[in-house]
Amino acid sequence: MKGKRNIYAYAFEKSFPVMVGYLFLGAAYGILMETGGYGIGWALAMSVFVYAGSLQYASIPMLAASVHPLYAFLMAIMINARHLFYGISMLGKYHDTGRKKPYLIFSLTDETFSVVCDEKVPEYMNPGKLYFLISLFDQSYWVLGTLMGCVIGSFITFNSSGLDFALTALFVVIFTSQWMEQKNHAPAITGVAATFLCLQIFGEEFFIIPSMIVILVILIAGYFHTNKKDEDTVSGEEINYGE
Amino acid sequence: MANNMWILLALVAGTLITRFLPFLVFPAGKETPRFIEYLGQKLPYASMGLLVVYCLKGVHVTTGSHGIPELIAVAVTAGLQVWRKNVLLSISVGTIIYMLLIQLVF
Repeated sequence: MKGKRNIYAYAFEKSFPVMVGYLFLGAAYGILMETGGYGIGWALAMSVFVYAGSLQYASIPMLAASVHPLYAFLMAIMINARHLFYGISMLGKYHDTGRKKPYLIFSLTDETFSVVCDEKVPEYMNPGKLYFLISLFDQSYWVLGTLMGCVIGSFITFNSSGLDFALTALFVVIFTSQWMEQKNHAPAITGVAATFLCLQIFGEEFFIIPSMIVILVILIAGYFHTNKKDEDTVSGEEINYGE
Repeated sequence: MANNMWILLALVAGTLITRFLPFLVFPAGKETPRFIEYLGQKLPYASMGLLVVYCLKGVHVTTGSHGIPELIAVAVTAGLQVWRKNVLLSISVGTIIYMLLIQLVF
């Protein structure tokens, strides 16, 4: 039997895969904001209060063009629509998290979601506290990365191109381990196939929301299909018992 | 400057809506419809598939390096995960291989 682990050390270990990617991408964001003339205040405010990587990158040209706030609002919903899926997925796990719940929901990024949705909490740990620590560590990396980018950005000399692949690798790893644990691969295949198809049809800028709709339609169709099968078996059993 | 503040607030509001909406529509006190619970069980798998494709959206098979570095790095990452089941090992080796490929080979 392994002894009980310290929850902070355990949460740090779980958040570690996110660290490399967030420090790097956060720093890249800080550099872009700094060179765009927005400075440390705006960059930090974005990373603390918006905390959504792809949207923050997309918002740099919005700031430069001084777009209408309504446009920024709609872009935020468009780019972040996939968070709706994470929320629905975490309804159960975040159900009993009490006062930590608002922050858990606020900080549910792609990366934090991929770590917490795959997490099997050791039974002696408080799940809410563990989710909270992982979420908080992840955002700390993002904010720290942003800060580093603003301050030391221009001094970075080593060739770091390709380092952002760390986050792609994180998703590939979670996808792979989910695949190995599950017998039913239909949802995973649906996710890849629908998104790939929509990327080809709608192009890089607009494919996310069509992908989400196609995934929802297929999963809901699957739900009614299995339900119908259940009903069939139930009625079949009834006939058997009747005889 | 004032408009920047409004843009920031708009981004915060838009992001908060996408993150909080499911929890507001299906609050903890009320019973969640069965098919939403079903979606909650299946969506993590579909979402991870979506995210993998989302990350690789910039890869074009017909131009540049034809997606070969990405293909190799993804295969190594997934293969290592199947073989050793060590998250950090899979991610770090996959990333280093990708960096070496795009910086030195392609």
